[in-house]
Amino acid sequence: MRYIRPLSMEDAVGQLAGSSGTAAILAGGSDLLVRMKGGFIEPDLILDIKAIDGLSEIRETAEGFNIGAAVSCALMGESAALKGEWPGIVEAAKLIGSKQVQGRCTIVGNLCNASPAADSVPALVAAGARALIAGPGGKRTVPVEAVPTAPGKTSLAKGEIIEAILLDKRPPRSGDAYLRFIPRTEMDIAVVSAGVNLTLDEQGVVKSARVALGAVAPTVLLVEEAAEALIGRKLDEAALERLAKVCSGACRPIDDKRGTVEFRRKVAGVLARRAATTAYARAGGK
Amino acid sequence: MNFDPRFSGRNFTSVGTRPIRPDGVDKVTGRARYGADFNMAGQLVGRVLRSPHAHATIRKIDTSKAEKLPGVKAVITSTDLPDLTDGDSAMYDILDNCMARKKALYDGHAVAAVAAVDARTARQALKLIEVDYEVLPHVTDVDEAMKHSAPVLNDTIFTEGVEEKPTKPSNVTKRTQYGHGDVHEGFGQADFIVERSFKTEQTHQGYIEPHACVASVSSDGTADLWVCTQGHFVYRQHCAQLLGMEASKLRVTSSEIGGGFGGKTHVWAEPVALALSRKAGRPVKLVMARDEVFRASGPTSATSIDVRIGARKDGTITAAEATLRYSCGPYAGMWAELGAMTAFACYKLDNVKTVGYEVLVNRPKTAAYRAPSAPMAAFAVESAVDELAKEIGMDPVEFRIRNAAQEGTRSSYGPVYGPIGIGPTLEAAKNHPHMKAPLGKNQGRGMACGFWFNFGGQTCTDLNIGMDGSVSLAVGTVDVGGSRASLSLVAAEELGIAYEQVKAVVADTSSLGYNDMTDGSRGTFSSSMATISAARNAIKILRERAAQMWDIPVDDVVWEKGHAIAKGEKYGNLAALSLKEIAAASGKTGGPIAGHSELVADGAGVSFATHICDIEVDPETGATRVLRYTVVQDAGKAVHPTYVEGQYQGGAAQGIGWALNEEYIYGKDGRLQNPGFLDYRIPVCSDLPMIDTQILEIPNPNHPYGVRGVGETSIVPPLAAIANAVSNAAGVRMTHIPMSPPRILAAIEAERGG
Repeated sequence: MRYIRPLSMEDAVGQLAGSSGTAAILAGGSDLLVRMKGGFIEPDLILDIKAIDGLSEIRETAEGFNIGAAVSCALMGESAALKGEWPGIVEAAKLIGSKQVQGRCTIVGNLCNASPAADSVPALVAAGARALIAGPGGKRTVPVEAVPTAPGKTSLAKGEIIEAILLDKRPPRSGDAYLRFIPRTEMDIAVVSAGVNLTLDEQGVVKSARVALGAVAPTVLLVEEAAEALIGRKLDEAALERLAKVCSGACRPIDDKRGTVEFRRKVAGVLARRAATTAYARAGGK
Repeated sequence: MNFDPRFSGRNFTSVGTRPIRPDGVDKVTGRARYGADFNMAGQLVGRVLRSPHAHATIRKIDTSKAEKLPGVKAVITSTDLPDLTDGDSAMYDILDNCMARKKALYDGHAVAAVAAVDARTARQALKLIEVDYEVLPHVTDVDEAMKHSAPVLNDTIFTEGVEEKPTKPSNVTKRTQYGHGDVHEGFGQADFIVERSFKTEQTHQGYIEPHACVASVSSDGTADLWVCTQGHFVYRQHCAQLLGMEASKLRVTSSEIGGGFGGKTHVWAEPVALALSRKAGRPVKLVMARDEVFRASGPTSATSIDVRIGARKDGTITAAEATLRYSCGPYAGMWAELGAMTAFACYKLDNVKTVGYEVLVNRPKTAAYRAPSAPMAAFAVESAVDELAKEIGMDPVEFRIRNAAQEGTRSSYGPVYGPIGIGPTLEAAKNHPHMKAPLGKNQGRGMACGFWFNFGGQTCTDLNIGMDGSVSLAVGTVDVGGSRASLSLVAAEELGIAYEQVKAVVADTSSLGYNDMTDGSRGTFSSSMATISAARNAIKILRERAAQMWDIPVDDVVWEKGHAIAKGEKYGNLAALSLKEIAAASGKTGGPIAGHSELVADGAGVSFATHICDIEVDPETGATRVLRYTVVQDAGKAVHPTYVEGQYQGGAAQGIGWALNEEYIYGKDGRLQNPGFLDYRIPVCSDLPMIDTQILEIPNPNHPYGVRGVGETSIVPPLAAIANAVSNAAGVRMTHIPMSPPRILAAIEAERGG
């Protein structure tokens, strides 16, 4: 097993592209180290990206936010600007594991672990976040929902590394929110989750909306029909009922140790409704 | 030794105070040594190969490739642990559980083990062992296992305790029955009858510290074992018997213990580690991973229980009946029997009958878990009692007070009670401010009672007085809940010296006579009795030495407040001699001063508790939140009240986890789906409210200070108290534990007519 700690993205991509055998990227390690200690994987190469210039920073640019791949979720919670613009994303990041885990874990790691139950992913999908990917052929940008393709699998090609998550500048009267269901209060994994991102017009009518559900299908679901249930309306009871119904219907869950199909369907609707209510209030809707 | 263990009232100086525990600083600074913290030069890493099948015949095990791997020093299978149990079926079961012989009986059953120079080599070696299994049909559910169509785990088992010996083997090893009176007649007198069936899923003790040991067998046949255990003397007996050693040649030293709760009363990995060390000729360290702890070490029973209780309009119970089916894992146990004994122990009943069935299933061997079997029985009975009170229209506390057992009541399991605490705990609960606190929307309150026998047992203790007047107390009961502090208080109390002058340690098996395990809530009860006895023996010697120093008859010397005092006016000029002064002179007056004690601590007083809790249920998701929790329990005498409260809180916390989320989940393939703390959900800190406690002290007549065991009773009422609270909050009776959100939501939807 080889451990390297490159200082530049070019070097990292080069080393990764040139490696033989299995390789793993190490940022916070909160998934990787657990899997290694459990004996599930034994990578030939571990590439630590924490020393790469700029990767541990949250930058506010003219276009919006650039969150480096090595930024810990705890650091996201300390960014007043990010929290002000994207409270739903920050609350999702701050739900992962425990306080101690949040000091290490990253949203890019969360995305690349490709778990359908990843906490930050539905919030990122709802936000329309994009992943900036560096690879042997240069850089490219994709919507975050294009990264996980199945549980544990991503669309990243050999040698590719996600460098940052990009968030657009917010129009006025926007708000987002994320909720997950766990049987405990913390240190747990989502049984169902919902992220909602809304922009309102001056009258408080929903102008645009994105609704994403987690842990109810092999990958996070972006439910367009749920967004349609909200767009063009104030958040009245009928709209919320319709939202809940559409979300329950969109689920393709399984029965497993964490919950039943019926439970996930029902609670997906409940959480979407509650998250939409919070997002609406954050956008200034009354 | 004329030790009188009877209770005598006295005013305490040390007992009842709350000093800092002697093991505290090391534990909070990380210096304390737990099972995995022992190391020896040249030690090897032991690893166990476990069956991936729930039920399979082992046709052949080929270890040759593993043995050839460089760095592997020993590979063992059951042939390296030959059967030396000589017809002792309980020991044979322990042996077979440590290393499967003919069949793998559950997912995780050990089938082979290796010792290698490092963990990586050991892991690789496991992959090179070839096991030829013939997979058999399996059964993991307790009710399914009782069906005629169920696969039979052991074809030599014919149900015991039934009138006609069965002609066919089955998974029911034994039927037991308890009770008195005539329940048929009793139900005839009832105006109201509640009849319900309940299920509880299997839970694990959930100790934070995995099983860990270092075994070192010397070529001369002697051996050392450092291990995390609740009973090193019992581990010594069992390991020595299974390995064909003389007990005295195996020295077992217990480490600090990161939780046991009954699960560390049983050997799992230790005989394997010793067999590996014997074969390799080097010390072997064997530490279980968390998934091994779940898959292969002691969970409690899963149960299925039917309860029927009848009462008159005035609230008097006329008859009570229960049928209890408990899973034992693949080996016979007495788990249902304990359930049958404890189920109705809180009540004064003219007509009561309980029947228990011990059921074999393809799950790990059931081990004791804090008041083993009682919480599930209490869940069923106390749920039905609550429902019956409601039907009669009585307050649930009043209903229980009316039917509570008293001194002189014949218990449902046979014996007649002495002075007991069920009535007082109920009265205290009734008057507790918690009972009157307002409840909000979607919130419900529940209460329930619980009973545990408590145990005494064999105990041996040494008290040595150093020449500087400090006292070392060597005990043989492992400290699982602060007993070193409590026993130091007791020694200080008897000797009349300061707590700080006493240092208690848990001695190894070569330093003391045999001690039973720390189980049955016996640690402080029995070892405090032995400590009192040892201290009184030491005082006798201290008086003799003082008499010698003064040159007066020993009968004229009394011991008061840590001093020898010459009694009578003629000795008016003699200044009292302190323990320190007598100790300093001991070299010239006959040598070291010590007190020894060996006894069987009989008369462990039974213990009762009443719990109250408030729960909020989210009717849209089935999520629960414990808002408030109160424990009222009889301690007899709280030696160190902080640690008594700790026991009360710990039992309640474990009960909350059990009631709401903890469960073994098996797939259709018979494999455990959740062998880790992510999906086996014990409560985290933020899941729990401050657990309020109230200690009652109804002296145990069979202990000099009135002490009763306190460790176990506290886990008996929570399942029922929480089930009653959830049922009240959700408006639907919950009959299946754990009451996880999917179960609660499904029950609410079903009630709504969904």
